[in-house]
Amino acid sequence: MKRLTSITDLEKLQKDLALRRKGENLLVTLCQGTGCKAYESHKIYEAFEKELNARNLREKVSLRSTGCHGFCEQGPLAVIFTGEICYCRVKAEDIPEIVEKTLIKGETVERLLFQDPEGGKRYAREEDIPFYRHQERLLLGQNRLLDPRSIKDYIAQGGYQALGKVLAEMTPSEVVEEVKKSNLRGRGGAGFPTGIKWETTRQAPGEEKYVVVNADEGDPGAYMDRSLLEGNPHLVLEGLIIGAYAMGAKKGFIFLRQEYPLALENLRLALKEARDYGLLGENILGTSFSFEAVTKRGAGAFVTGESSALVAAIQGRVGEPGPKHINTALQGIGGKPTALNNVETWANIPRILERGASWYASLGNRENTGTKIFSLVGKVNNTGLIEVPLGTTLKTIIFDIGGGIKGGKKFKAVQTGGPSGGCLPEKYLDLPVDFDRLRELGSMMGSGGMIVMDEDSCMVDVARYFMQFLKEESCGKCISCREGINMMYDILEGIALGKGREEELELLEELAWATHKASLCGLGKTAANPVTSTLKYFRQEYLAHLKEKRCPAGVCKALISYTLDQEKCNGCGRCQKLCPVKALEGERGSPPHLNHPLCIKCGICFEACPFKAIYVQ
Amino acid sequence: MINLTIDGKNYKGEKGENLLQVGLNNGFDIPHLCYHENLSPYGGCRLCLIEVTRGERTTLTTSCTYPGEEGLQVKTSTPQVLKARRLMMEIILALAPSSSHIQSLAGKMGVERTPFNYQKEGEGCIKCGLCVRACEELVGAGVLTFSHKGPQRKVEPPFGEEPKNCIGCGTCVYVCPAGCLTMEDTPQERKIDRWKRRMEMKTCQKCHQPYMPTPQIEYILKGPPDPPPEKWLSCCPICRRKG
Ligand SMILES: Cc1cc2nc3c(=O)[nH]c(=O)nc-3n(C[C@H](O)[C@H](O)[C@H](O)COP(=O)(O)O)c2cc1C
Ligand code: FES
Repeated sequence: MKRLTSITDLEKLQKDLALRRKGENLLVTLCQGTGCKAYESHKIYEAFEKELNARNLREKVSLRSTGCHGFCEQGPLAVIFTGEICYCRVKAEDIPEIVEKTLIKGETVERLLFQDPEGGKRYAREEDIPFYRHQERLLLGQNRLLDPRSIKDYIAQGGYQALGKVLAEMTPSEVVEEVKKSNLRGRGGAGFPTGIKWETTRQAPGEEKYVVVNADEGDPGAYMDRSLLEGNPHLVLEGLIIGAYAMGAKKGFIFLRQEYPLALENLRLALKEARDYGLLGENILGTSFSFEAVTKRGAGAFVTGESSALVAAIQGRVGEPGPKHINTALQGIGGKPTALNNVETWANIPRILERGASWYASLGNRENTGTKIFSLVGKVNNTGLIEVPLGTTLKTIIFDIGGGIKGGKKFKAVQTGGPSGGCLPEKYLDLPVDFDRLRELGSMMGSGGMIVMDEDSCMVDVARYFMQFLKEESCGKCISCREGINMMYDILEGIALGKGREEELELLEELAWATHKASLCGLGKTAANPVTSTLKYFRQEYLAHLKEKRCPAGVCKALISYTLDQEKCNGCGRCQKLCPVKALEGERGSPPHLNHPLCIKCGICFEACPFKAIYVQ
Repeated sequence: MINLTIDGKNYKGEKGENLLQVGLNNGFDIPHLCYHENLSPYGGCRLCLIEVTRGERTTLTTSCTYPGEEGLQVKTSTPQVLKARRLMMEIILALAPSSSHIQSLAGKMGVERTPFNYQKEGEGCIKCGLCVRACEELVGAGVLTFSHKGPQRKVEPPFGEEPKNCIGCGTCVYVCPAGCLTMEDTPQERKIDRWKRRMEMKTCQKCHQPYMPTPQIEYILKGPPDPPPEKWLSCCPICRRKG
């Protein structure tokens, strides 16, 4: 490939590639994202290749490995264009039938279509599936169309056109103005207005400035940044290059979490291809603008994702948060102005400049524009990565996209914002999900984690679980954070063990207040959210643990006991065989006796009994 | 020189000088444990909290890490400052219940007892890092570091092994506010148990009493700046003074 030396070069290449791709009337895209890979999606690719070769169709059908489509639970996914037929849970054995029926005859393979768990309806077109229908996939949408390892795919889809437009038509300060006008807020958690941050860095004195992509994604269960980097690295890179132009940065860092080898590989390739094409490096697209970017790898601590800690880590120091009166936008790497943004924030930039700030600001609500990616997990029917306009209600997310609660159970709470988010109860289901509303209710946007809980979750146990995670992740410098979380954990553990005293609720509240108020960085400042929100919305459940020594959800082992209903039991002996401590005594053929002192409450018998003769009390 | 207000009155300070020091210089009794005027501020104990208003924004922050600036408005005893400090002290008291220094500071703050129960053997260390900074910045030996994160955070020599570069000067023991560091001298050796460090003691040529660990003598003789004559170090300070 010859280096592109002008903006017209880029436009010509785009038209060329797009035209060529138009001729692809048969295209199969296969998700090779993290979720589908776990289900051996690479074997699907091989099976397709084999089948197409056998039928002499390899030339006619384009086969493409793509990044994550989002509907990971239904993976491996295959989408057949045109027609956009989406096949779920595809196995290698299914391929001959797909080729025969769909690619040759244009029919659908019914049994591989998505089936609604409630009602059983099947959907052929991807965009009709409820999981996708209620989404607005501004950023993730391209993932299913392009091979992340091919810059040509990205350019064919209109990639780098925003950069071309910026370089041809806009001054750096106009770019900053446009981002300001879009009202984009940082997707890394705090929701700080990106345009204002950029303006600060742009106007800061000095020649040497930096731009940084924060890809240290450390929330357990979160993978939005990963899916963007693995599935569409050029989108993030294009955003970064535009930012560098706007702020006058000559160097950029992409700080990547240790555990993301595929993202690293795809990114490195993207950097190399962008360099080869003249989109990165000296004199980008033949203009006087030059910019270089490199990857850096983290050491795997959660707190390193915090901005000042990240700046320290990039400079090779311990990734611990630093004082807050120092603004990274003015004094970041080497004390130089540094604009640090989250992966998803950067990915929004090309969209804003392609279609204009006013269009962008029309998505979402006034103070919360654009879309947000969430990782929807827990007790919903459809789990996966979703993208919706900010301000979409929890109800739409959980019931329309998520398909409601699994197994017809009752919704209890949703935890938003990662480990230090709050748990919101049913009465807030109509809440528009945005930065401000979530904060008002004692939760937060965080990086966009969303864990749905049903009636079987114990909120004391949930709070305890998150304190356990956070106490290990606190860097340990501030006493308020290190010991505050630790002591909250100890109290919660005591309550779950039935040893709690009622006065301890007040202590919990004081500790939560102190952890929030007295700690230096965002980790300590938000860590108490799971405790405060559950105390606020589920206090009765705490009181049941404390006063009645009872866990209403039947989760806290010390507070439950199993009982055997002699009437329902038919003496099949299954529970006796499975019990690891032989607490179910008696002859096979008649109902056993449960020896309570021996029972360790593992729940195996409860799960295994075919007659539901064992229940929790 | 800069002008700022503390609790409504005007004061002067050096630009960049931390607000705790400015406050202390002007007679404000701001409690602190991890700060020492000869060491770089750290901001770990969170006792020196104050409220700072800069422009429109008011934040609750540690005074020891906040550099002085023209026009700042500082409040040292608002209800939230006092509540947060009390809670910090209660936590610290639970961590180091037997330190007399901490007990007396708590007493001055009106904290008589702690409602918190610290079940783990914390060995009384509050992880304020004074020993780490003193060893690095004052002594120049730098044999102590923090290891682990979260509640497991610990001060120890690298890899938890006996620190061969420790000169046994005892500065760490001297600065420790929690009283969790002890040093023991026998006629033969000096022991700092927490660092698993044992050193031979040099005896005074005149009175024949042990007075300084050998590694410390070697360290002093190496300089810089100007090492004293070796003879000067051959006897203890008492005999030296006697001549
Ligand atoms: C404990 C902690 C962990 C964080 N982890 C991340 C992270 O993994 N990725 C990220 O983009 N931001 C993370 N942040 C937020 C960053 O500090 C910072 O606000 C953000 O990267 C700024 O980018 P934005 O304005 O685009 O959101 C974290 C913050 C805290 C307090
Ligand atoms: S003296 Fe300021 S935090 Fe310890």
